[in-house]
Amino acid sequence: MILSHTLTQFKGNKSRTMNYLDELENKTIYILREAYASFRNITLLWSIGKDSSTLLWISRKAFFGKIPFPIIHIDTTFKFKEIYEFRDIYSKKWGLDLIVSKNKSALKEKINPKKSKLECCNALKTEALKTTLREYGFKALLLAIRRDEHGIRAKERYFSPRTIDFTWNYQDQPLEPWGFYKSTIEDEEHIRIHPMLHWTELDIWKYIKKEKIPMVGLYFAKNCKRYRSIGCQTCCVPIDSNANTTTKIIRELETTKIAERNGRAQDKENSYTMQKLRSLGYM
Amino acid sequence: MQKETIKIAMVGHVDHGKSTLIGRLLIDTDSLPKEKITEIKKLSKELGKEAELAFIVDQLKEEREQAKTIDTTQIFLKIKNNNFVLIDTPGHVELLKNMITGATQADIALLVIDINEGIMEQTKRHLYVLNMVGINSVIVIFNKMDLVDYKKERFNALKSDLLTFLENLNIEPVFIIPVSAKQDVNISKKCYKIAWYKGPSLLEAFGLLKSNTKSIKKSLRFAVQDIYKINNKKIIAGKMLSGILKKNQQVLLLPSNVTVTIKSLNVFGKYNKIKACSGENIGISLNETLPVKRGYILAQKENSPKLSVSFRGNILWLCKEPLKINKTINLRCSTQEVDCIVERIEKRIDSSTLNIIEENAKELRLNEVGLAALKTKKPIVIEKFAFIEELGRFAVGRDHDLIGIGVII
Repeated sequence: MILSHTLTQFKGNKSRTMNYLDELENKTIYILREAYASFRNITLLWSIGKDSSTLLWISRKAFFGKIPFPIIHIDTTFKFKEIYEFRDIYSKKWGLDLIVSKNKSALKEKINPKKSKLECCNALKTEALKTTLREYGFKALLLAIRRDEHGIRAKERYFSPRTIDFTWNYQDQPLEPWGFYKSTIEDEEHIRIHPMLHWTELDIWKYIKKEKIPMVGLYFAKNCKRYRSIGCQTCCVPIDSNANTTTKIIRELETTKIAERNGRAQDKENSYTMQKLRSLGYM
Repeated sequence: MQKETIKIAMVGHVDHGKSTLIGRLLIDTDSLPKEKITEIKKLSKELGKEAELAFIVDQLKEEREQAKTIDTTQIFLKIKNNNFVLIDTPGHVELLKNMITGATQADIALLVIDINEGIMEQTKRHLYVLNMVGINSVIVIFNKMDLVDYKKERFNALKSDLLTFLENLNIEPVFIIPVSAKQDVNISKKCYKIAWYKGPSLLEAFGLLKSNTKSIKKSLRFAVQDIYKINNKKIIAGKMLSGILKKNQQVLLLPSNVTVTIKSLNVFGKYNKIKACSGENIGISLNETLPVKRGYILAQKENSPKLSVSFRGNILWLCKEPLKINKTINLRCSTQEVDCIVERIEKRIDSSTLNIIEENAKELRLNEVGLAALKTKKPIVIEKFAFIEELGRFAVGRDHDLIGIGVII
């Protein structure tokens, strides 16, 4: 037994020949390739935010520049105009097979966040997604959620099945030992795959800097305000910040005490809103 | 360059205080946003409790109401310049499946033992399971020292019990630290109440950890994940399991058992890659036109691995429906996947007491370990777990689920 103040070496569970960001990237590439090997009928959900844009970037690397499956953008019609501009430029530049998913009937009924945020998110995001998945028959959905975003998301598996009505059975999740993931599902199910689960917000920005990944301008400070998390214009609030470069954002995040999704309205309405939304099929 | 991140699995018997300890660590390291602490206080009040540190990780409604951890979770922690991931795992025996999911992602474990209760059923089971999955270093915490007035005699007595139990396992307790997570003693700072203890506090101990960089000199193994056709060129995508692979190198393709030459190493955006190391996920192309499929393995010609249809291993069974001998199950070893049967269960072992329940058993039940002889339908590439972990460990499944894990001996 060692009880002295000397460095205590222990036998690690894996070899360490790479630096930290390379290690994160390699794990994500492995998961993406496992996902595509198991479920050829797969799609990636791109919100145009920093996490899913990073996932998209790594997907281009994993599949040598040509992503072999369609990309879905769920359009609530309430997104920032910068998001639409970015989407149109880069989907063309990167040759993406883009599907824009909208819940047209809910939009006709003029559903909006002013009445109820929960109802709005559920109709314009979850229901739109359900319809698109059904229409195209996708069995697997790549999502860029991360463990450090929210305590409920920290409970997720990399490969997480959903029932026909999109329910997440969080009380009995699959065994996921070492790099072995769920590779088949029942006909009526679909599977959510989370290749970015092990990244933190800070890791994402360090990687964006290293790889020079293009990002929506909303993340960078203008007039002492910037968005830390983006989505619908109606439900996002900017933070006070002077960080107008990736380097400054990294520095800001290294010292902040404010939670990332603080600018998001939905999390605060009720402590279990996220759990409720997610069990209904929210991302 | 950023330092390595050490992943620590929190294990131990139910109610010995794993989730509470994580909550304490997060507060002591100032890792929580203010609104989070307010939220926890408010919620605890609603449930009629004093501020519950465990709620920080026990995020599910059911976990808070039942005051138990249901599923594994991961928390990021930064202490000075060191990064840690704390992997909380459930202590209930019926949730061992979730504990395995957490523990197999860790580098080292932190075992929490209640000083009053001592070594309990899940303490032993978790230690045994850690030993089986190759985690051989454990930081041990004797928690709730406040309940025994921080008495040295109690610490020494439990320490001696623990060391006796560990004699049968290949596990080294790198630190044994008396703490009270609730009273914040010996977590981030020492306390006069426990002046007899001269070792580091838990946070100091974290700062002293350094993982042993494993040699990349190990024999080359590359597992094929998939084949892509990019601009009419065939690229074999796969993972470097061990060793080094170089351009123009001659290697053995298994199970075909033919020698092939590496024409190029492909990484998107990188030209002229000439070398790949253990852990990298790359693409390769070969000089030869040969059929290659997912599950094929490339290996160094010297010291090449065994191609086999039968081997022995320890299986931990994690399904309510028992494992029966001679019934077909699905076996996965790295990217290889094959039908197999368990021919014999030489020993059926209780994973807590380590007692042999039965020899030459016909079945293996939930949470039991079996020393078993397996037979696969097709030959696969295997190694001893102690030599190349990724080809020495496997998962078994049935229908759509994974239901057991194993290591090759």
